[in-house]
Amino acid sequence: MPGVNTHMSFLEMLDVLNDRLVRDGKEPIAFDHDCREGICGMCSMFINGRAHGPLTGTTTCQLHMRFFNDGETVTIEPWRAAAFPVIKDLVVDRTGFEKIMQAGGYVSVNTGNAPDANSIPIEKAKSDEAFDAAACIGCGACVASCKNASAMLFLSAKVSQLALLPQGEPERRERVLNMVKTHDEAGFGNCTNTGACEAECPKGISITHIARLNREYLRASLTK
Amino acid sequence: MSKLNSKIPEGSLERKWTQYKSTVRLVNPANKRRIEILVIGSGLAGGAAAASLAEMGYSVKCFAFQDSPRRAHSIAAQGGINAAKNYANDGDSVYRLFYDTVKGGDYRAREANVYRLAEISNAIIDQCVAQGVPFAREYGGLLDNRSFGGVQVSRTFYARGQTGQQLLLGAYSSMARQIYKGNLKMYNRHEMVELVKIDGKARGIIARDLVTGKLERHFGHAVVLATGGYGNVFYLSTNAMGSNGTAIWKAYKQGAFFGNPCFTQIHPTCIPVSGDYQSKLTLMSESLRNDGRVWVPKGKADKRKAEEIPDEERDYYLERRYPAFGNLVPRDVASRAAKQVCDEGRGVGPSGLAVYLDFRDSIKRLGRHVIQERYGNLFEMYEKITGDDPYNTPMRIYPAVHYTMGGLWVDYNLMTTIPGLYALGECNFSDHGANRLGASALMQGLADGYFVIPYTIGDYLADEIRNPATATTHPAFEEAEAKVKERIEKLMNVKGNQTVEDLHKKLGKIMWDYCGMARNEEGLKKALGMIRELKKEFWSDVKIPGEINDYNNELDKAGRVADFIELGELMINDALMRRESCGGHFREESQTEEGEAKRDDENFSFVAAWEFAGDGSDPVLNKEPLTFDVVHPTQRSYK
Repeated sequence: MPGVNTHMSFLEMLDVLNDRLVRDGKEPIAFDHDCREGICGMCSMFINGRAHGPLTGTTTCQLHMRFFNDGETVTIEPWRAAAFPVIKDLVVDRTGFEKIMQAGGYVSVNTGNAPDANSIPIEKAKSDEAFDAAACIGCGACVASCKNASAMLFLSAKVSQLALLPQGEPERRERVLNMVKTHDEAGFGNCTNTGACEAECPKGISITHIARLNREYLRASLTK
Repeated sequence: MSKLNSKIPEGSLERKWTQYKSTVRLVNPANKRRIEILVIGSGLAGGAAAASLAEMGYSVKCFAFQDSPRRAHSIAAQGGINAAKNYANDGDSVYRLFYDTVKGGDYRAREANVYRLAEISNAIIDQCVAQGVPFAREYGGLLDNRSFGGVQVSRTFYARGQTGQQLLLGAYSSMARQIYKGNLKMYNRHEMVELVKIDGKARGIIARDLVTGKLERHFGHAVVLATGGYGNVFYLSTNAMGSNGTAIWKAYKQGAFFGNPCFTQIHPTCIPVSGDYQSKLTLMSESLRNDGRVWVPKGKADKRKAEEIPDEERDYYLERRYPAFGNLVPRDVASRAAKQVCDEGRGVGPSGLAVYLDFRDSIKRLGRHVIQERYGNLFEMYEKITGDDPYNTPMRIYPAVHYTMGGLWVDYNLMTTIPGLYALGECNFSDHGANRLGASALMQGLADGYFVIPYTIGDYLADEIRNPATATTHPAFEEAEAKVKERIEKLMNVKGNQTVEDLHKKLGKIMWDYCGMARNEEGLKKALGMIRELKKEFWSDVKIPGEINDYNNELDKAGRVADFIELGELMINDALMRRESCGGHFREESQTEEGEAKRDDENFSFVAAWEFAGDGSDPVLNKEPLTFDVVHPTQRSYK
């Protein structure tokens, strides 16, 4: 593809390609994208065999063409996982993630019932760790990179965030059991601790959250 | 007589909302179950509203064009959210937050609405913390605050540089809970393409399934729009690629008045444009101005590297011109000042359209680790995009379109001029006047969604309890769907030569050149002619590939751009009418000797509420006079 500039983002390169396709009367390549600031989690593609491409800690929209060689052939694929069926070209259906969240990824508090925000002091280190987990953007790179197509990193990030905070305490047991059950039903595979998810996560979510998830799950199962 | 009734409750400013809440009509739980509400948009305003209304027992449907409510563009808000908690013990109060917001908006917002917003602000923080939102904390375990532009207190709560993300995930989690319980039904990858009215009331929508291209009909006793801003009229903006004005534009064309359409916020700190392939602009949070110093070289066309320019040859122009607020002047003031120094030929970078935002001094004062903790993710994002390391060389920034203060006109209940149609968050005009202060968008979105609409919608729905749901075979639905179908077919049949992007870029250029940071009579008149031509060009030369009943993103975009062109024309009309400068609206004919925005309160102290008068006819201007009982409008000064 001629005319690729080093300052272009990867998605801008695809824009230019699509623009040419449309001009030639062909259909453009369908791909998901929206904020282009690395935070909405919409963009989702496998580039040269890696989720979001060659740069660690980066979403596809934040990847720039200066990280590729001149004349290089770039292979682009959609997320591949049974639980993420392809809708069109590079667009996949991530409804499985929605179902996991609906099964317990929240604190059950109705609007208008909250006590003063400073009435619950939280140790800074714990709060920071909860934030590290909460930084997940739900893109699905973890699932796409896992040989089992497991969503344990995604799931554990939410379980871990809420397990670290006092607000999550009352529903701690039910949450983890319900979310794991839904995860399995949605067709995601099991975790075998290969760590590919952590390596490819654009937000650097650590697999220590999966370790915490396992402890939470064990504890919840034993206190039935 | 004016057609506008803002329905502001009687009583003193401090008592209005409390009194309203105690006397507003209610809907009992059994009736709530039978009442259906459609919420369009799932960002902070829409998400909070959908979750809260479902919790109350209404039967709610929510629509989003992305594949999940968590992707709405509220997620990209970086800096923070304001609240009058006064945790910093620096003299903050509800009154001060109210005052700062009215002043920051250059006295073009309603006092009663802004006061309510300030009053609600504290409950938002409580609510979010209860949901498990991990706000920044101090070592003692309590919440931390920082400062934003246009204020002299620290009232901004934040979650690193990802506050919008964390707040949206909070609202999303509340939605998820209601979806699980069956009170809320989510329609992802759906876009509202028409509003359905029966007997003058909003009664439903036509939605398009963006995967199959199929049209769907949905009934609602009330329709709540929370679709965000229309900054993408300018093509390049900090908005997400899909952010659009279609839903509010359909509402406008069905009779909802449009308030102050020309009020656009140009954010001072964005990464400059680098090439014509550029698809969007990236914001660098205003919070950076807490520790970054803005400067340009004193001399023109100084091509030395920033590090090689000694202090005495640098012009820290914000600190020089506005000593009281320094680098933290409001956004409109900072943007204009950047444009001025660049127009003088003192801009930096390859294009000369950039200024420096320099952290050298704060790194020296606080240490690199402190700066890293405060802004680490922003510095990384900057480096990924530009290839420069801001720890060692100053950032280059330039203003870019960021937010639209204008939007659908709403009364105190957040209802538009169409009964049963509400507008929340950025898509209404209500709280920010002519300029929004930093960290106030998140506050307004969540205030509207969590704490205002749950009360105000009951006042309308109390009369609806006897009305069963209308079948979607009703002629009004048939007609609306036929209209949408016809328009889509018309679009597909143009079969012209220009892509949707080509035409969108042309629109953006007209808007940025003539209706951007500085506007004047001559330019606006010229732009009006150009945009009318562009509309013809669009409908005779657009090229859309693919099929109607299929996944077809080019068709999605074409519908949005067609609406943007019309909306752009309304913005130009509004800018032309308002022969004063105020906030982000800078008419070159109306400025002080120092080049600051000069208001004309005698003639323009009103909200411009535009009424659609048919395609090809000029829109009709309705005025809602603004009265200030508590705050006294003065020439805004940050010196």
